[in-house]
Amino acid sequence: MTALLQVEGLSVHYGGIEAVTGLDLEVRQGERVTLIGANGAGKSSTLKALAGLVVPSAGSIRYDGVDLRTVPAWQRVGRGLSLVPEGRGVFSRLSVEENLLMGAYHRNGATGLYEELERVYGLFTRLHERRHQAAGTLSGGEQQMLAIGRALMAAPRLLMLDEPSMGLAPLMVERIFEVIRNIAEAGVTLLLVEQNARLALEICDRAYVMESGRIVLTDSAARCLDNPLVRSAYLG
Amino acid sequence: MDTFLQQLINGITLGSIYALVALGYTMVYGILELINFAHGEVLMVGALVALTVIQGLTGWGWPAPLAVLVAVLAAMVVCMTLGLAIERVAYRPLRRAPKLAPLITAIGLSIVLQQVAALIWGRGYLSFPAVLPPVSVVWGGVIITAIQGAIIVLAALIMAGLLVLVQKTALGRAMRATAQNPAVAQLMGVNTDRIIAWTFVIGSGLAAVAGVMVAAYYGVGNYTMGFMLGLKAFTAAVLGGIGNLAGAMLGGLLLGVVEALGAGYIGDLTGDFFGSNYKDVFAFMVLIGVLVFHPNGLLGSRAREKV
Ligand SMILES: Nc1ncnc2c1ncn2[C@@H]1O[C@H](COP(=O)(O)OP(=O)(O)O)[C@@H](O)[C@H]1O
Ligand SMILES: [Mg+2]
Repeated sequence: MTALLQVEGLSVHYGGIEAVTGLDLEVRQGERVTLIGANGAGKSSTLKALAGLVVPSAGSIRYDGVDLRTVPAWQRVGRGLSLVPEGRGVFSRLSVEENLLMGAYHRNGATGLYEELERVYGLFTRLHERRHQAAGTLSGGEQQMLAIGRALMAAPRLLMLDEPSMGLAPLMVERIFEVIRNIAEAGVTLLLVEQNARLALEICDRAYVMESGRIVLTDSAARCLDNPLVRSAYLG
Repeated sequence: MDTFLQQLINGITLGSIYALVALGYTMVYGILELINFAHGEVLMVGALVALTVIQGLTGWGWPAPLAVLVAVLAAMVVCMTLGLAIERVAYRPLRRAPKLAPLITAIGLSIVLQQVAALIWGRGYLSFPAVLPPVSVVWGGVIITAIQGAIIVLAALIMAGLLVLVQKTALGRAMRATAQNPAVAQLMGVNTDRIIAWTFVIGSGLAAVAGVMVAAYYGVGNYTMGFMLGLKAFTAAVLGGIGNLAGAMLGGLLLGVVEALGAGYIGDLTGDFFGSNYKDVFAFMVLIGVLVFHPNGLLGSRAREKV
């Protein structure tokens, strides 16, 4: 299998702060990959660089055979690269349905939009019940569902999720991960960033462990679960 | 009672114009948190372009309605282009600069536009040729002129159209999304630079129409006319809650009505101590009064409410 995403020597700076240092990472078509690490390790910065929200200070990002450096953020979703950002990023004053329609913005006017909408509503019936409500009035878990549903509206090939379990009650986390597993089983390639390392390792094939901006370990998810270093540092 | 109703009509006319201009301020603020102080000058350019076109065309014997229509279209094209250029040249390069930089640029730009207009059109007044028939409807002792009627109806139609655009179309949705969270809007495939440009273009188009209305209502135009009108419309936008579309409409109408009623009654109320030329004082007193009790404006929420 060829790599859908190939990152080499990626660095991200914020002024003088180096958040990501020479990161190499690869995601193959159909794979489920997780990037785990402590708070401040540089996981979000990596995803933001991949989505085009921050400009890398060095390195190359190849996605689907194309060098992404010259592709602005707003054109990446059209290529099938979607990010569900940390903190969900729902448009709180737009209605639930308007948020979902924003997800399909890049293919506006395309046929099948309403079938897509129905599919997302089928996945998250709660969103259907609240479709005319302002997104800001939803609970945290519902907002996470909305953020994921919105990303699905873009029909992604590579779905990147930044800490989807953050701040959610255990039951809600379980539901969200169930949905993520289903999405992956439907053939969407996954790059999952999580602080909840156990959950992430359980649903993914492969893992990268990140510390202070660098990849310190990469292995299959199963072996990571057994790795004493990973166990002590991230599985407590 | 007659005075009251008459001043109410006058106020609604003026207020409709303020509302159209206030929308331009509030839309740009909603998306960029920038006070585009050059917005009043865009209105001035629209008015002067329209006056020139009307004078020219009626001079060649064109029928008045056609001349006015062409003048409005010409003013809109010029103003929309100007708005696009202003965003591109003056504001976009400063997108990441400290807030004060674009503000000072806006004030500088406003002076430049005034002086360029003075060079093109001179420092005198351009008058609206007496081509519109002075029709009016007298109704229960109140006079509504054809121009007033046209201004009120046209402004209402334009504002309704704008609300539909912003609330119901994909472009409007993208505008609101960009105003709330530009980074996430980009993740959705929105070219936020283009949305911002559209915001300036739409606002400038509204200013062009308002400029023609002012020129037709008062019968004259001049290179300084954008300053006070811009200030009033900005006041209206703040009054309604800056960043809020309905607020700009409400603020504009309210300001126009208060100003007209103030002009009508200030003499009686103060035993002719203050004349109607003090009407502007009324407008700004209302602003201060509202802001004391409602710092975010009438429809502004506690957190900043945007487009
Ligand atoms: N916008 C920013 N400006 C300055 N520093 C930042 C910014 N975003 C993140 N950082 C810093 O970069 C480092 C990595 O942050 P982040 O990528 O958010 O890590 P993680 O997602 O793994 O918690 C941290 O030290 C953080 O303080
Ligand atoms: Mg993070």
